[in-house]
Amino acid sequence: MANDSQATPKKLIEVKHLKQYFNAGRPNEVKAIDDISFDIYEGETFGLVGESGSGKSTTGRSIIRLYNPTSGEIKFYGEDISKIKHKDMLKFRREMQMIFQDPYASLNPRMKVKDIIAEGLDIHHLVKNDEERDARVNELLDLVGLSRDHATRYPHEFSGGQRQRIGIARALAVEPKFIIADEPISALDVSIQAQVVNLLRDIQKEQNLTYLFIAHDLSMVKYISDRIAVMHNGRLMELSTASEVYDHPLHPYTKSLLSAVPLPDPMYERNRHRKPYDDSIEHDGKERSLKEIVPGHFVLATDEEVSLYQASAEEYNEK
Amino acid sequence: MADNSTDIKFNENSFKKIEKHNVDEQEKISAPSLTFFQDAVRRLKKNKAAVISFWLLALIVVFSIISIWWTPSDPNAQHVAYANLPPKIANGQIPGFTGKANVGGRIVDKYAQAKVPSGTYYVLGTDYLGRDLFSRLMKGIALSLLIGFLATLFDLVIGVPYGVVSGWKGGRVDTLMQRFIEIISSIPNLVIVILMLLLFTPGLGSIVVAMGITGWITMARLVRAETLTLKTQEYVLAARTLGESPFKIAIKHLVPNLSSTIIIQTMFSIPTAIFFEAFLSFIGIGIPAPNASLGTLLSDGQKTFRFLPYQMWYPAAAISIIMIAFNLLADGLRDAFDPKTQE
Amino acid sequence: MEKILDVKDLQINFDTFAGQVKAIRNVSFHLNKGETLAIVGESGSGKSVTVRSIMGLLANNAHVDNGSIDFKGKDLLKATPRELESIRGNDISMIFQDPMTSLDPTMPIGKQVAEPLLIHGSMSKKKAMARAEEVLELVGITNAKNRMKDYPHQFSGGQRQRIVIAISIVNYPEVLIADEPTTALDVTIQAQIIDLMKELQNKIETSIIFITHDLGVVAGIADRVAVMYAGKIIEYGSVDEIFYNPQHPYTWGLLNSMPTLDTSSDRLYAIPGTPPNLLNPPAGDAFAPRNPYAMQIDYEQMPPFYKVTDTHYAATWLLDPQAPKVEPPAAIKKRQEEYHQLVAEGKIQSSVKGGAKDGE
Ligand SMILES: Nc1ncnc2c1ncn2[C@@H]1O[C@H](COP(=O)(O)OP(=O)(O)OP(=O)(O)O)[C@@H](O)[C@H]1O
Ligand SMILES: Nc1ncnc2c1ncn2[C@@H]1O[C@H](COP(=O)(O)OP(=O)(O)OP(=O)(O)O)[C@@H](O)[C@H]1O
Ligand SMILES: [Mg+2]
Ligand SMILES: [Mg+2]
Repeated sequence: MANDSQATPKKLIEVKHLKQYFNAGRPNEVKAIDDISFDIYEGETFGLVGESGSGKSTTGRSIIRLYNPTSGEIKFYGEDISKIKHKDMLKFRREMQMIFQDPYASLNPRMKVKDIIAEGLDIHHLVKNDEERDARVNELLDLVGLSRDHATRYPHEFSGGQRQRIGIARALAVEPKFIIADEPISALDVSIQAQVVNLLRDIQKEQNLTYLFIAHDLSMVKYISDRIAVMHNGRLMELSTASEVYDHPLHPYTKSLLSAVPLPDPMYERNRHRKPYDDSIEHDGKERSLKEIVPGHFVLATDEEVSLYQASAEEYNEK
Repeated sequence: MADNSTDIKFNENSFKKIEKHNVDEQEKISAPSLTFFQDAVRRLKKNKAAVISFWLLALIVVFSIISIWWTPSDPNAQHVAYANLPPKIANGQIPGFTGKANVGGRIVDKYAQAKVPSGTYYVLGTDYLGRDLFSRLMKGIALSLLIGFLATLFDLVIGVPYGVVSGWKGGRVDTLMQRFIEIISSIPNLVIVILMLLLFTPGLGSIVVAMGITGWITMARLVRAETLTLKTQEYVLAARTLGESPFKIAIKHLVPNLSSTIIIQTMFSIPTAIFFEAFLSFIGIGIPAPNASLGTLLSDGQKTFRFLPYQMWYPAAAISIIMIAFNLLADGLRDAFDPKTQE
Repeated sequence: MEKILDVKDLQINFDTFAGQVKAIRNVSFHLNKGETLAIVGESGSGKSVTVRSIMGLLANNAHVDNGSIDFKGKDLLKATPRELESIRGNDISMIFQDPMTSLDPTMPIGKQVAEPLLIHGSMSKKKAMARAEEVLELVGITNAKNRMKDYPHQFSGGQRQRIVIAISIVNYPEVLIADEPTTALDVTIQAQIIDLMKELQNKIETSIIFITHDLGVVAGIADRVAVMYAGKIIEYGSVDEIFYNPQHPYTWGLLNSMPTLDTSSDRLYAIPGTPPNLLNPPAGDAFAPRNPYAMQIDYEQMPPFYKVTDTHYAATWLLDPQAPKVEPPAAIKKRQEEYHQLVAEGKIQSSVKGGAKDGE
């Protein structure tokens, strides 16, 4: 999909025509993901934004194989993940990890912090004995900025931000290459969000990680992501670099979403002009797919609409 | 809301900037570390009724265990000469335990009448065959507790795994397993026991088999419902993404989080089972003579209730106390494990 | 301006197993007629407890140890349960955070909206239903007439929150308290709800207390802002004063840690550490351990409120005449410069300066 120039970094994830339906064929069928395609390159942070129910979590969970896709394929380092043999599954589970949204539901309340963090170490036999295990747990606690004597405490004794860091330590324990962060900060306070975002960035640099960062807070996504995809009703509406999506949005849905982001600036808020989005333009029965409007900037469009979008991209350039 | 510069004292250092902060210090948790269970126990301790019930039950259990090896006298030994003696303790000083009875308006020392040697007495009296009621009551309670223990066993060995598997697997397997439960639970227990009588002689065996068929169903249902919600919890998903096997997930994540449900349900199913046995024995299709059970004691006592009420009072009190204590304890546990309000 | 609600020296403690939680520590604020007061602060800072005390809806283990809440000459803390009940439905109403749990799933929405009228007013059922329909129309439920008999699950999350708002305004209350009414919603729906509340304020002339931890939302809806930290209000002022000329280092930290759409620096500013435990609140300024500008005295004594302007007060020792002058973070300086420019251009009004220190 992206332009194959020489300097293109390696593709880590390739999602091709992925569909994920729940209760397929029954009256309560939900098309959580309806034919999406995108790539994630090694070392980048790929942001996925969209409103509640648009299918963001489902996308993340399909990539990490918590669900079996209805159709389409997902490749990890060029290998179709649905074809991974049972014996190779454990290796796959080490390379890809997930950080969850709810700091309260993502830690087992009956386990001590050190056992939560060491869960992956135990499964993959990464440590030989208890001393090594404790040492590694301490190392991870240091890494995420928690105190070592927190190891023997239970999750309910921690604040949301601290819990989220425990979840990050658990994911990092198995030394993954790719981390799916499913709204890791939306449940946290503003003053704590920045701590977690900084931590994620530092670790990324240190360990050369690739992120899929799912969020609905658009300003944070813009800040952390290299490229961003906008999702709506199970489809990708627009995909480009972070600054392109924010400064030169093309699809009306993206424009509407951006116009609704509240900013801590009273003057701006007084003069805010909200753009409502009319989703009937998605339901005119025409075939749409992601089309490259300008290099590296994709929009869900019919063949005819491409030229319209190109024209509006022109306008941005003229300004 | 305006300035209130009340007696603030400054010194020369007051407005010196602090260069180093000890943020770590601040993140220290000072409260004592309580596990979930310790916390539940703490809450349980606040519930007086549950605590009293707990100690009562503990006492009863101790007595029952003792009764396996020792009872004041042989519970099944008959002394027809000593039949229907009223309760008596030591030399008969304590009211109600004097060994005397009111016969036709006159107080009669029954023990003297029956020529019981001095020094021999029956704490709760004897029945129409001269059997020591205290010993029989001890045995009866022990039997009830055995039934309760077996009910727990069925709950844990059949109910819990059945519920976990059904909830975890979901889909077709779940539907099938639930249909099966519906079918067997639609047959009344009593019908099963009566059918059992065609195959076995009445006794502990048929009661146990009947419990084994239906006793665990409530537990299975509750565990299944709980498993359904637990399996979508993010920490279970996290374990899956780490590559944990389903069996290990069940052991490490599901069972510990199910434990409160399991404990509470057990506490409710024990009295149900005890009552079931007592009921069957009472109507004569449970424990056969001469063995003692709360049901048979009640049924024997009921026959002479008008003249010798003590023969029924004590077993009736025993079963009531056991039932109430288990229910109160279960209620207390439920509140302790599932606090609606944090405090 | 007329004060409709006046809270003074409120002090609320909770008895718990681990000791006494000092949740609200001497909070005072007032609400003017027709304005929107936003209360911001992080989780656990005491926002909900404060407003629940106004409504008389505190948990059983709470006790109010000091203070008064004056509403139209009546101290709500001394009101009888019956008086409170009548005030709750008629004069002050509250919107709760979770739209899913504040609606009864088994009752048609028309009836739910009309219910406060039937309980409190002596209105006939027919009239109440007519008013319910009118209010549903007002909050933007399209085709309200035909949807009166629908059940909550037949509406989207945003619509449900609108219905919750409809219930709370059906009596045209004088004071509307909204405890994080948009936190559970998407930005697009959140934007609609905020617009709706502003519009309603104009139409039914109510005064609003709006609780949130999202500073973006505050900027959009508030006339005045109170910032809470660890059970105390640490700074309050008009929305422009708080956003463009903040004085307390905690307010600086909050504003600074939000990326704006044009932040591109490598790191976000993060306030280190976590809020203090209210079982043993610190002696001095509760923010001191996380405060890069902390001075010795911050650890020793609680700062009083220093006046910045007639409407703007902040409780920080930095405003004391004896304190050394400090340089706020760059982003805050930028805001302050913007403020002076806006004032100079007459785009916003600055109140009269005065008091101990004017914070420039
Ligand atoms: N296990 C499931 N069974 C049935 N429907 C589901 C399931 N999981 C998700 N859905 C549905 O799929 C759609 C997409 O859900 P998803 O959780 O991916 O949304 P999301 O973008 O992550 O939203 P949010 O921001 O609320 O987390 C929703 O309509 C949801 O109700
Ligand atoms: N019933 C209670 N028992 C004990 N402590 C309580 C109780 N209710 C609230 N608290 C404590 O009072 C403090 C303030 O709580 P409050 O709910 O007002 O916070 P908040 O600012 O509304 O936070 P949030 O943004 O999370 O809603 C917290 O420390 C909380 O733990
Ligand atoms: Mg999601
Ligand atoms: Mg709150």
